[in-house]
Amino acid sequence: MAIEFKPSPSLPPPSNAVGPVAWVRKNFFSSPLNIFLTFFSFYILYLLIPPALEWAIFNATWEGTSKAACTAGGACWAFIRVRFDQFMYGLYPATEYWRVNVAAILLVVLVGMFAIKAINKLLLSIAIIVVYPIIAYFLFAGGILGLEVVETSLWGGLFLTMLLGIIGIVASFPLGIILALGRQSKMPVAKSVCVIFIETIRAVPLITILFMASVMIPLFLPDGMNFNKLLRVLIGITLFSAAYMAEVIRGGLQAIPKGQYEAADAMGLTYWQSMILVILPQALKLVIPGIVNTFIGLFKDTTLVYIVGMFDFLGIIQMANHDANWLGTTTEGYAFAGFVYWAICFGMSRYSMAVERKLDTGHKRN
Amino acid sequence: MSEKTTTNTSFLNDAGNRAMLFQAVLLIAVVAVGYYLFHNLQANLENQGISTGFAFLNEPAGFPILIHLIEYTEANTYGRAFVVALINTTLISLMGIILATIIGVIMGLARLSNNWLVARLATVYIETLRNIPLLLQMFFWYFAVLATLPHPRDSLIFGNFFLNKRGIYSPEPIAQDGFGIVIFGFLACVMAAIALIVWAKKRQKQTGVWFPAYWTSLAIIIVGTVVFYFLAGSPVEFDAPTKSRFNVTGGMVLVPEFVAVLVALSTYTGAFIAEIVRAGILSVNWGQTEASRSLGLPDGLTQRLIVLPQALRVIIPPLTSQYLNLAKNSSLGAAIAYPELVAVVMGTTLNQTGQAIETIGLCMLVYGSLSLSISVFMNWYNKKMSLIER
Repeated sequence: MAIEFKPSPSLPPPSNAVGPVAWVRKNFFSSPLNIFLTFFSFYILYLLIPPALEWAIFNATWEGTSKAACTAGGACWAFIRVRFDQFMYGLYPATEYWRVNVAAILLVVLVGMFAIKAINKLLLSIAIIVVYPIIAYFLFAGGILGLEVVETSLWGGLFLTMLLGIIGIVASFPLGIILALGRQSKMPVAKSVCVIFIETIRAVPLITILFMASVMIPLFLPDGMNFNKLLRVLIGITLFSAAYMAEVIRGGLQAIPKGQYEAADAMGLTYWQSMILVILPQALKLVIPGIVNTFIGLFKDTTLVYIVGMFDFLGIIQMANHDANWLGTTTEGYAFAGFVYWAICFGMSRYSMAVERKLDTGHKRN
Repeated sequence: MSEKTTTNTSFLNDAGNRAMLFQAVLLIAVVAVGYYLFHNLQANLENQGISTGFAFLNEPAGFPILIHLIEYTEANTYGRAFVVALINTTLISLMGIILATIIGVIMGLARLSNNWLVARLATVYIETLRNIPLLLQMFFWYFAVLATLPHPRDSLIFGNFFLNKRGIYSPEPIAQDGFGIVIFGFLACVMAAIALIVWAKKRQKQTGVWFPAYWTSLAIIIVGTVVFYFLAGSPVEFDAPTKSRFNVTGGMVLVPEFVAVLVALSTYTGAFIAEIVRAGILSVNWGQTEASRSLGLPDGLTQRLIVLPQALRVIIPPLTSQYLNLAKNSSLGAAIAYPELVAVVMGTTLNQTGQAIETIGLCMLVYGSLSLSISVFMNWYNKKMSLIER
């Protein structure tokens, strides 16, 4: 009778090779340089975190009506509380805040309706892109149905920032697609018009475009014809980010294999059919990160309208910093603004990652 | 060919004809709109009595400029003010590019570090700065940090350095007679160093014998220049700033406007560069590192000879656009009164002369050529670094 060979069970790995101890050793103390870096990082954290917490939370003052109330030595969040409405709505009349709120809620509800399966998405899109802006405009500006007229120069705060950001994003996207297609076109005139436009815009800073919008456009229009500064600035921002958008989308168009174009032609599709049904859905999917980066850039760039004299979110905070009752609260204002901008931009970038994962149908070669 | 002409398609159904037609319409539209705008412009300028042309550049400017590297007073012309502003823009762009690259490389490497804590800290840095508008960051540095420094009479003192709300004061080196010898000596050392590197490369190619040329040439330049400096009899004197009761005078001063713009630009762009560097290094296949290790190369050489050259190919194109962004973003300095191009030309000059077309056109031209020259240089560098294929 053969004796069966039975290996004894393997020993567990030594305690310093698994578990938290090993993790700490590997991550923090694997080499002299690493040990130094670990201590250096802890030192930086020690320098930053306790004073920051003390300033922002433990020693902060939350209530009060002027800087004089902030005696605890920490942050003066009372400033943000007192000024909160102004930060949100700018100089918009306080009795009319509800109009902005209604428009915002309406937008959220409309966009949220995309989640309901039974709804015709095409109709909903038309409602959002065509009908909603008209309703929103009359809500904001007033002048009908007994709504009080509110000049656009009074629009401000986060409301103006969101307005500039959302309209800029919605308008620059299709324009960018058209410019990108034009640049890829075989028609020399169309191509050169697009190339010249894109390259000129990309060569200059946004600030020059905004100056152009606020100072130069009136010179180019016939006498007596002039339009709103907000609209001019919006056009400037939209054209600016459309040029960047066009370059991002061009990257996507170039990444689509030639066979896709040829196959679409072979199916007898017209140019626009092949673009809309075959090429663009693939190309846009490829460049989602780039598109969202352009959106984020545009959103951050809306702060520049402050330089041409509009009071967006950053502008209104900058203005509040000069209030004699609240001298010395600049850091609080910037911290609040920074947090809001950060939350929105960071949220957008995370959302784009989620969309990318959802639309990833495995065409990428890994 | 003849068959095509006999087919019964109408003129408009032919793709070629349609393209021609569309382009003709587009061209006419562009020209018409252009002509219309130009016509309006002429009429408007005539109505408002604004003369066109660049004659205003020869008129006295009458405003001071805070930072001027070349001689400038209020009596100088607008043209001179424009040059001063141009130099300021170039200065901040170049210094910003250098600093942002250093910060970006350090942060990019830190994010890839084996050390968990270092990697997390770098991530927090990158994700925070990237998602906050640059203008806000500039305001923060200028109004919340630098403006809260003590008044000149309570300056913080570090030896010969003073720190207060008006800036950082440091001793100013002033060249004395004989400084030319030092410059000559420095140039000679640089030549010697280049010669050494060329020789070392040639010898290594022929014989395989390696020589630490870079470290040696660095030593030659530093030691050589110092030797020449003392041989010439130390021809540099330092003008230290002195603190009177209420003010600090003399020496060199870094004004807060400059510091705020520089810090904001370089930390902000540095965060973007860090991501580019990280992506570039991750794009190099891990197999390359393993292969290099199995050839017996130490870690340092693996990074320098194997990983970095391949990563650079991925890094350079996006890095170029970050440099361009930085140069363009330097225009935000106008918001905190750093006297760069936009502030001086499109701000003060435009306000004083009303020459909107000329000033804005001039600015766009300068930024256009600045962008163009950076991209030409980076394209040249990219070509030099790119993979030479069969």
